[in-house]
Amino acid sequence: MSRFLRRLAGAPWRAIVESAISRAVVVGCGVTVIDERVVSLTYPRGPSMLPAINIMGDLVVADKLSARYGWVSPGDVVQFVSPEDPRKTVIKRVLGMEGDAVTYLVDPANSDVSKTVVVPKGHIWVQGDNIHNSTDSRQFGPLPYGLVNGKICCRILPLKGFGSIDSKQ
Amino acid sequence: MGTGIQIWSTAKTLATGAIIGLTISDRYLTIVTTKGDSMHPTLTAADSFFRGDVVFAERGCLDKYKFSRGDVVIFKCPSDHNKDFVKRLIALPGEWIRIPVSQEIIKVPEGHCWVEGDNADRSWDSRSFGPIPLGLIKGRVTHIIWPPSKMGRVERKWPEDSAICSVYLQVNQPKGQLKP
Repeated sequence: MSRFLRRLAGAPWRAIVESAISRAVVVGCGVTVIDERVVSLTYPRGPSMLPAINIMGDLVVADKLSARYGWVSPGDVVQFVSPEDPRKTVIKRVLGMEGDAVTYLVDPANSDVSKTVVVPKGHIWVQGDNIHNSTDSRQFGPLPYGLVNGKICCRILPLKGFGSIDSKQ
Repeated sequence: MGTGIQIWSTAKTLATGAIIGLTISDRYLTIVTTKGDSMHPTLTAADSFFRGDVVFAERGCLDKYKFSRGDVVIFKCPSDHNKDFVKRLIALPGEWIRIPVSQEIIKVPEGHCWVEGDNADRSWDSRSFGPIPLGLIKGRVTHIIWPPSKMGRVERKWPEDSAICSVYLQVNQPKGQLKP
């Protein structure tokens, strides 16, 4: 027993702890950089993207690289900082890029009055797939592209819905 | 053989340094070069190597989006996401502001803020493009680090002649666009 203890005390503890800490710091930083700049995982919540994304329980991959370099086109689902509350991140579908004319129903539940707007420079038009229950460009207007921080490229969970996010599902 | 190991270990050191550097610059503190004279006299354009002042910008304020009136902030231009602007934050969400040209008084909407350059004549800011979403803000300028003659803190100041309206307007005239 005492021999075991002596051997334990003789181990290079200092070096072991040092290397463990430095490895943890590097791995932590690596994860942060990848999460911020390359890809990250998100759990979207809320009814606005039904039926493409469920109210809860989906796990999707957000591609940060495409968003940063502006590789986004109409039909893509994007993740952005809400213009009404910067602490919230929301997910909607892009319907128009700068210069496009977008026609939308003002009040889809009660009337079929529609309105057409031209998206200004540097902005995009975003809408939820579930037009009856979504706060989107119809309320806050065109979205400055600078708020977009991710393009949703595929769904991981649930497994049977694995793949890209289509509006007709 | 020896050179191979050396190259590998150098590459490893460089990659580690880059990862740690990027994390710090994304999350905590970054260095930004400013250009143009819209923030004169706080930040000035010069003929030096950097063509302007070099400043520290902290990103800790982005966790909760807590700002004060008078902070100098860096934000993405609302009409071009590749450009970053440096301006002074004049009004926070829910405050009233008078537009100098039209003398109109508007309320800054929720989640937005009003930014202006210190040099009103040479600045393209909220007076032209209106209030901007707080989400576009990417950092708060804290210190000037170059040129050495101006090294030091960037003060939080708030122009006296600015367009902010006093509290009684909020009480007396609750909403909409008002004429003073």
